[in-house]
Amino acid sequence: MERLEVLKTYKIYIGGKFPRTESGRFYNPLNSKGEQLGNICLSSRKDVRNSVVAARKAFGGWSERAANNRGQILYRIAEMLEGRKTQFIEELMFQGSTKKAAENEVNVSIDRLIYYAGWSDKYMQVLGSINPVASSHFNFSMHVPMGVIGVVADQTTSLIGLVSNIAPVIAGGNTCVVLSAENLPLCAITFAEVLNSSDVPGGVVNILTGSPAEMIKPLTTHMDVNGMVYSGNDRSTIKKLKESSALNLKRIMTYDEDWIKADAQNLYMLSDCQEVKTTWHPIENIGGATSSY
Amino acid sequence: MARKEINKSKVTWDYSPAMESSSHINLKKKYDLYIDGKWVKPSSGKYFDTINPANKEKLSEVAHANDKDVDKAVKAARKSYKGVWSKTTPAERSKYIYRIARLMQERAREFAVIETLDAGKVIRESRDVDVPLACNHFFYYAGWADKLEYAFPNRKVEPLGVAGQITPWNFPLLMAAWKIAPALAAGNTVVLKPAETTPLTALKLAEVIHDAGLPPGVVNILTGFGDTGAAIVDHDDVDKIAFTGSTGVGKIIQNAISGTDKKATLELGGKSANIILEDAPLDQAVEGIVNGIFFNQGHVCCAGSRLFVQESVAEKVIEKLKHRISSLVIGDPMDKNTDIGAINSKEQLDTIDKYIKIGLAEGATMYQPDCVLPKTGYFCKPTLFMDVAQSSRIVQEEIFGPVLTIQTFRTVDEAIQKANNTPFGLAAGIWTDKGSRIFNLASKLNAGVIWANTYNKFDPTSPFGGYKESGYGREGGLHGLSAYVKLK
Repeated sequence: MERLEVLKTYKIYIGGKFPRTESGRFYNPLNSKGEQLGNICLSSRKDVRNSVVAARKAFGGWSERAANNRGQILYRIAEMLEGRKTQFIEELMFQGSTKKAAENEVNVSIDRLIYYAGWSDKYMQVLGSINPVASSHFNFSMHVPMGVIGVVADQTTSLIGLVSNIAPVIAGGNTCVVLSAENLPLCAITFAEVLNSSDVPGGVVNILTGSPAEMIKPLTTHMDVNGMVYSGNDRSTIKKLKESSALNLKRIMTYDEDWIKADAQNLYMLSDCQEVKTTWHPIENIGGATSSY
Repeated sequence: MARKEINKSKVTWDYSPAMESSSHINLKKKYDLYIDGKWVKPSSGKYFDTINPANKEKLSEVAHANDKDVDKAVKAARKSYKGVWSKTTPAERSKYIYRIARLMQERAREFAVIETLDAGKVIRESRDVDVPLACNHFFYYAGWADKLEYAFPNRKVEPLGVAGQITPWNFPLLMAAWKIAPALAAGNTVVLKPAETTPLTALKLAEVIHDAGLPPGVVNILTGFGDTGAAIVDHDDVDKIAFTGSTGVGKIIQNAISGTDKKATLELGGKSANIILEDAPLDQAVEGIVNGIFFNQGHVCCAGSRLFVQESVAEKVIEKLKHRISSLVIGDPMDKNTDIGAINSKEQLDTIDKYIKIGLAEGATMYQPDCVLPKTGYFCKPTLFMDVAQSSRIVQEEIFGPVLTIQTFRTVDEAIQKANNTPFGLAAGIWTDKGSRIFNLASKLNAGVIWANTYNKFDPTSPFGGYKESGYGREGGLHGLSAYVKLK
């Protein structure tokens, strides 16, 4: 007799745990052949709020990690993804990709993680500055993470958009709440499992499946979210994002990119989610001796 | 014992007046709008008075621009952007901006006097801080114009187009410089509106820009009220809004441009913490507290308006502070002895008085030195509030005047938590002798500018701007350029 296959229960990812949505709701997106992808969690605004709490809680620890350590963890994510390549390719194909496209998407995703892993301990040197002020002060500016970032991930891809949107955010020490692709949710859920086994502390990345249209508002109006990353080009969504962000002056970053392209990655996507902090300290300036002595 | 003696000894130093002369300044009776290189009458035909808040005397009258004037200015800015400014080589652009810096320096004293008359700020500050910094800002950004590719590695840099800029009344000329200099260096053209209570130095700056031979339309300066600013924000052909002002208006602006591709930088309010640890050099710290909150009458977005003193030294610090503020000279801003000048406007004085009443109603203990305020004009005594709660409105809300709240703390962690517990995140001060403690606090305080063992220092090379509801974007330094460029 043929073995009965064990089907996977699709869950969301909050604070390092895998609950189903607190609302108990689900939806059944279909692939291009009309097959159901599964009973996917239709996350609620309460899930959004729980995720923000988890992200805020994780922020202190993650932002204070050594840059080198963050780089190592991002690299570890890439390693884990590489190890589960077959599963992602299968999911992408089930969601409608050709084998070739699916393989490419996973490969580019792995390489993208490696790219940002490398930036983790370099962007400070490239972007920071020592400022030659005219008064007798030592003055320097450095980039520091913005805080909790809401991410509305690319809705047209299942994996590469998600990875491209998350990696620069967390490489820079932020934590995030991610709304994944509504109709291509499978890789987001599996990617959460990758994150969970990559030494990424719980709460650094929280991933919700369901309807972004429903969840964007509770996320952008949340007073404890510092910025929003939006991938896409829907003007009415962008307008809504900006409008509700005016509540607490969230920073809005919008990207309209073809994420599968090798060059859809750069330092500026990382620096977009940083604040510049400038510190002054007096330099003692007494006595007559100068460096010519 | 000694401390009590300090308190008893009332400081009665008398200073002979040392008045700055205003004989060498040129002010016209009436100012029109500076559009497309010409002085033009406002289409409404309306003008309004600008007064000296120290004596309520009229200084001049300026035009009230409406949406038609704004449209005219934006069209001029667009035309010169397309036709002239974007075709001017970066090196030539740079030289134009250097010219502005030099011409301002030559007329520095005139600018300082007019700033003091129009804004009420003391001549010592406008002469030694506002005007030199404004000149240096142009001088600094001038040099960037032909070096932009070095500021943004691996990217092509392009200007945004027409920048609409709205400046506040607390540092009128300096804020105009902060806005105009990087915009021009990056190759944009400008429509700027100064605050309604302090329009004169921006108009004098228009004269300098004119004398510098800048092509017509590159910089346009329109005076007016909130409606003028709104017309700039709402104009379809403006590519970028740069605003310095209140958080309330900042939110309205973000909302207003939400359906557009306009880029924005907002430099908004603050309620910055000034933290005194027990090992700090206390006399220096007291000077820092005074500079933090009473500089420019406390009309400073990054004013150190929340004082946190470690419990073990709180009594001593408060005593020293009371003693110190009893010797502050409050009076005519044109007198070189004056430490605290006039409150910028009646409206602002009303706001400050409102908050002082709120503080008293909330049960806080108020201290004001025994000093005599001038009879005419708008003045406010330096004010301390003790016994305040973290939730007090005078602790949470920006007052924008010479009013300091004082809280105590026991541990560094407690200081960090209290300091960060605000919707704002503009600046913070740290006073301690211990280097490792400075770096600990500096890294944990959520503020765009950290002053360690100093306060209220500014420099063209040093980026300025806040976190959270203090707005976004940076002004100054290499980082200030990114507000005015597109990266390709």
